[in-house]
This record gives sequence, structure tokens and C-alpha cells, in this order.
Amino acid sequence: MTRMSVPWRPGGKQVHRGPAALVAGIAKALYATFAPLVRAFPGPLLIGAIVAVIVGVWINYLVFEFVDDSLVASSTNLAGETGLLGGPLALGEVRAGLTTSGVPGSGILCYVLYPLQYGVVRDVVSMGGILGFISVIPLYTIWWERKVAGRIQSRTGPMRVGGWHGWSQSMADGIKLICKEDLCPASADRPLFKLAPYLAFVPAILAFFALPFGTYWVFRQVDVALVFILAMLGIEVIGVILAGWASNNKWSVYGAMREACQMVSYEIPMGMALLIPIMVVGSLSLTTVGDTQSEGWTSWIVFRSPFTFAAAVAYFVAALANCKRAPFDLPESESELVAGFHTEYSGFRWSLFFFGEYAAMFVVSGLCVILFLGAWYSPLPMSLADRWGLGDSVGARAIKGLLFAGPLWFVAKCVFLLYVQIWIRWTLPRIRIDQVLYACIQVLLPLMMVLLLGHTLYELFVPVHGFVWTVFNLVLSLIGAVFVLGMIFIATYGFWNRVGLVGSLGVETLPGS
Amino acid sequence: MTGRGRETMLHGKSLVVVGFVLAAWASSAIGQFPLAEEMSGQTVDAAHRADEQVLAPSPVPNATVESALFYLFGGALLVSAIGVCVCKSVVRMATWLFGALGAAAVLYFLMGATFLGAIQLIVYAGGTLILIIFGVMLTSKSPWVRFECRRIEFWAAGGVVGVLFCALITLLVGTDWPTPAVAPQPVTIAMFGEALLTTYLVPFEVASVLLLVVMIGAAYLARQERS
Repeated sequence: MTRMSVPWRPGGKQVHRGPAALVAGIAKALYATFAPLVRAFPGPLLIGAIVAVIVGVWINYLVFEFVDDSLVASSTNLAGETGLLGGPLALGEVRAGLTTSGVPGSGILCYVLYPLQYGVVRDVVSMGGILGFISVIPLYTIWWERKVAGRIQSRTGPMRVGGWHGWSQSMADGIKLICKEDLCPASADRPLFKLAPYLAFVPAILAFFALPFGTYWVFRQVDVALVFILAMLGIEVIGVILAGWASNNKWSVYGAMREACQMVSYEIPMGMALLIPIMVVGSLSLTTVGDTQSEGWTSWIVFRSPFTFAAAVAYFVAALANCKRAPFDLPESESELVAGFHTEYSGFRWSLFFFGEYAAMFVVSGLCVILFLGAWYSPLPMSLADRWGLGDSVGARAIKGLLFAGPLWFVAKCVFLLYVQIWIRWTLPRIRIDQVLYACIQVLLPLMMVLLLGHTLYELFVPVHGFVWTVFNLVLSLIGAVFVLGMIFIATYGFWNRVGLVGSLGVETLPGS
Repeated sequence: MTGRGRETMLHGKSLVVVGFVLAAWASSAIGQFPLAEEMSGQTVDAAHRADEQVLAPSPVPNATVESALFYLFGGALLVSAIGVCVCKSVVRMATWLFGALGAAAVLYFLMGATFLGAIQLIVYAGGTLILIIFGVMLTSKSPWVRFECRRIEFWAAGGVVGVLFCALITLLVGTDWPTPAVAPQPVTIAMFGEALLTTYLVPFEVASVLLLVVMIGAAYLARQERS
């Protein structure tokens, strides 16, 4: 067999020595153990992993709360409170508290619980959760986007990696990106070129610091959370524009300039749309805004008045433009600008842009959910839970979390909005830059001004829970309910009557579906 | 020849990301956000206790970390400000300026002025954006147009800055800074809004009218000439 001529030095079989051999051995053993399992039960494993993550996070929450309760219970020791390090409880006290509450294994458990009374340790745990979430959301949204795109275009999308519908395709891509060479064009502005991906990615993480997932599920409860998140989304754009400029490539600069135009103009209607729910509630704290929508479907701010209903739609359009999603994906339009602002990037830096983009998509969906779509509350009113007599036991709280309010509802709603963004991207064609600006300045902006003024007058002159108010509220809720039920019906119908691909590619069932 | 590229060093980049995040976390931990509840959801009692803590004389470790962060971000502000003056490319200048404004925003966060910090970021992020656009427009003929100043300009500017600097230092040393016995209460956004619409209504309205004039002027300048 003749060896093909390759530009790199041909090497034999890779030989590892020392610690590398150990790591490689562990990796091989893990692969040998888990690959057959993953291949045999991919679906159950995926669903099981999701459930396990949810249960794990919830147990973490309960542990934190338990520590808090014990801290409050032993309030005798609070006088000598210290600051960043040095907690109020000694190890012995934790053990004693555990023994009196009858928790088994208190001798070992106290060592686990003792550090958790420090804010620093909890912050580290919570931040690990946030970083994990930010890593997983883009990975699976990208995979999902490719699957949806495939279905919409009569293809199958990724099918091979991982076995079941290519579920680990994104992870494989990630490993490939990490191993790629990190190129910087010779004529680029090197420091700015290297800085730009961080400026695009880090603000997306920081936005999650203030984004609540539930009444108590927030890293920092900032009283100006909304303004803070908008600021973070704004900084992200600077990263994109710097990337385009520093690449010293005319297509990249075109992309960056388009992004700048789009951002500067669409920020205004977006901010005005967000003002309307803020006006309803009277607070910039997202937790407060979310908690006003606890009384079920009709109490969601989107159904409060015709103006909030229109504002929700307008906000979503502006948010699409802000995240440079189709039909507003001019900054990276593949067909004209190669890849726009990230043409010159490769490897890990390139993937940072994508992590930033998908994290920002989640953040704008989250804002939409909190400000308009009932935040972390389900369509069932919370007062129903009290009527059922659900107390504060762990089981009752699990039922509450599943049926009434909880981070699960928040994430589910956000994931639905992510799906809508993907759906729009593969349905609508890209519009021209003059159409983008026309749509903003001559359509959205006047519309938002009318809505803002109209809602101010509505709040002033239409008495809350009066006749007109109630009629509007019920009609709008009904429209929303019809829309959601219709979507569920169509999705179910499509699922039951699914036939592989259309046209000459038509098969009865897709492989692996 | 592989050019100037090299293998991706993942750990280095992750460290940069982690560094940014750690800095942000530290400022949020020390910044004493008015309702600094953790993800765990402190009970009302615990939150109440946190309020009492804020009112109590600042405990030593907290104050040390706070001043360390102050010097860190104050230093970053200084370095960025010098960078604005030293750089010769417009876009780099704008980037340094953004760094300086961001560091100032972090200082506001450290003082508990969350609204001011967030608004600083929003307004100046947009402002820097416009600066970069101007930079690109101004340097459209050649990508690396440099701003060189003449010797006399350098000395004139240096003289003015030197005099101002000396004046500031004299003021700083001469002032008798009072040390408050209790940490001041953080200003909530409601208090801020109320002050803006009662005590400071006239300056607020004047600023709004000024902005309106600017907007009309810009629209007039940008308007297409109708033949």
C-alpha cells in the first residue's frame, strides 16, 4: 500500500507516556464501557440525563435552603458575624443540628454542609451551574437548529454521531474546533482581533448573573436587572464590530457595519417595547415583574391590554434583529459576505462567537418570557395550589414545581421561543439592509411610539378589573389560548402522520426516527 | 510554512474567560446589591440579617477585598485612559475608551449604584459603537491611518493636563475627608426616579429639550435635498 503524500510529517501509531498514558487509558476504558450503552439506549439516556440534571439541581437548592434554615434556627450565634470568610456556625454545631433533625449519616454529611454556609462557596456552586447551562444550551440549540433546518428542507440533518439522531454531533464539532489551528491574518489588528471574541462571549455569561429562573432562582437579585441585561447585550455588539474591523477584510467590515446599523436602530424599539411591562409593574427588577403574573393565564402581561399584546410581538421582532437572527442575519450573510464578521476566525475563537450568539438568543427569549409570557408561572393560577391544600413538604413542592411555578416552566417557555427563532430562520428569506432599516425606522419605531402612548393612556383611564379591561383581557387570553392549542394540535397531528421525506426521497419512516 | 498561527491553547483562553467572570463575580459579591440574595433563595430573616450587616461597621475582610477591587479597577481605568491618549489608531482608541468607561461602571457597581453603572454601560457602549463607526469612516482610504500630533500640540496639551493634575492632587490632599460611621444606604431606583421628577425636574427637562434639539438638527442634516 502506498502512503498518500501529505504536507505534514507522517507519524506512526501515537504512543503516550507518563500521565498522558494514564489519561489516554482512562479515556479508552470509558469509551469501551459507555459506547455500547449509549448506542443501545440513546433516547432513554438523553431523557434520563435531563431528568437527573433537574433533580440534581433541585437537591442542591434544597440543601442550600436547609443550610439557611439551620442558620436562622441558630440565631444565638449571630452577634459575632464575620464577613467574606468565617461563618456563623462551627462544625460541631452543624453536626449537632443534623443529629437533632434525624438526618442519617450526619457524621459525614456535616463536612459537606459546613462550607455551604459561606456565600463564596455557594457562589462558586451557582456559577458552576450557570456556566454549565451556558455550555449546554448552545450545544443542543445548534444540534436542534440543524435538525429543524433539515426537516424544513426535506433532509435529515445530522444522523450519525452518537447514534440516535446525531445527538452528540455538537460535542464532536466542539472537540474538532478546540483542536483546530488558531489563525490570525497577517494584516489584522492583532490585539483587537484576539480581544473581540471575549467581548462577544463574556457579556452573554454576565447577563445570566441577573436573569432570574424563578422567584429565588437568581444568582444576584439586582434591582435594575433589566437595564443590566440590556447593557450586557449592548457590549456583545461591540465585540462583533471589533471582530469585523480587526479582521482587516472588506467582507468582515461590511458585516460589522451592518451589525452596527442594525443594532443602533433596533435598540430603540426594543427598549420602548420593554418599557411597557415595566410601566405595568412599576419595577425594573425582573423578579418583581415575574411575580406579578402568578395568577394563571389571564394574568400574564401579554394579555393585559391590546398594547402589551402588540408590544410582545414587536419586542420579539426587535430581539431577532438584536441577536442577528434571520431574517436579520445580514452581518454574517453567508451568500454575500462569506461569513461576515467572523470570516477570518477559526477554532476556539470562532466557537466563542457562536456560544455568545446562542446564549444571547436564550437571554432575549428569557426577557420576553419574564416580561410578557408569565415568567416561571404555568397557565394554572397559584391560588389553585392553595385551594388544593399543597403545603411546604418536599412532595408538595415538587408538584408545585411541575404544575404551577418553577424554573422548569421558565426554561420550557424559553426553549419554545428558541424554537420559534429557529423556525423563523429557516422559513423567511433574508431581507436587504435598506428593508431592515425601513422596517425599523418607518414601521417599528412609530408603532412603538403609538403603543407606548396608548398604553400610558390605557393604564391611566381604563380602571383595572373594570368592564372594558376585563373584556379585553379575556378576548386576548382567548386568542392566545387558541394560538397555543392550535400549535399543539398541528404538532401532534404532524407527529402522528409523519412520513419520512417528501418528493422522490419519500420513505415511510426516517432511519432512526 | 504554517504562518503565524499556532495550536489552539484552550487553557489560556478559558483562563481569560474565567478571569473576566471572576472579576465580575467578585465585584457583584462585594458590591452589596441592595437585595443581594443568592440563587439559593435566602429566607426573609436571612435577608433581613444581611441588611443589618450592611448597616453595621464594615467587617475587615470585606473592606480589604473591596479596596483591593477598587484599586484593581481604578488601575484599569487609569491604564485605559492612558491607552486612549497613547494609541494612534482610532478604533484602538475607542476600545481603550470603552475599557475606561467600563472600569468606571464597575466602580459604580462597587459603590452600590447599580442603576448608574448599568446606564453607564448602555450609554457608553452605544457611544463607543458610534466612535468606532466614525473611526472606520475616517480611515476608509487606508486601513491604518495614524493620528500624529505636532510637537507644540503635545506640549500644550501636556501643560494643561499637568496643571489640572496638580490642582486635583492639591485638592485631594487638602480636603478633610469625613469617614462615615455607618455605610450609606444604597439609593434605590425608585428614589432616583422620584428625585428626577421632583427636585431635579428642571435640569431633567432642559436636558431632554437639548437632546430633542440635537435630534431635530441631526434629522435636518441627514435629510435628503428635494430638488
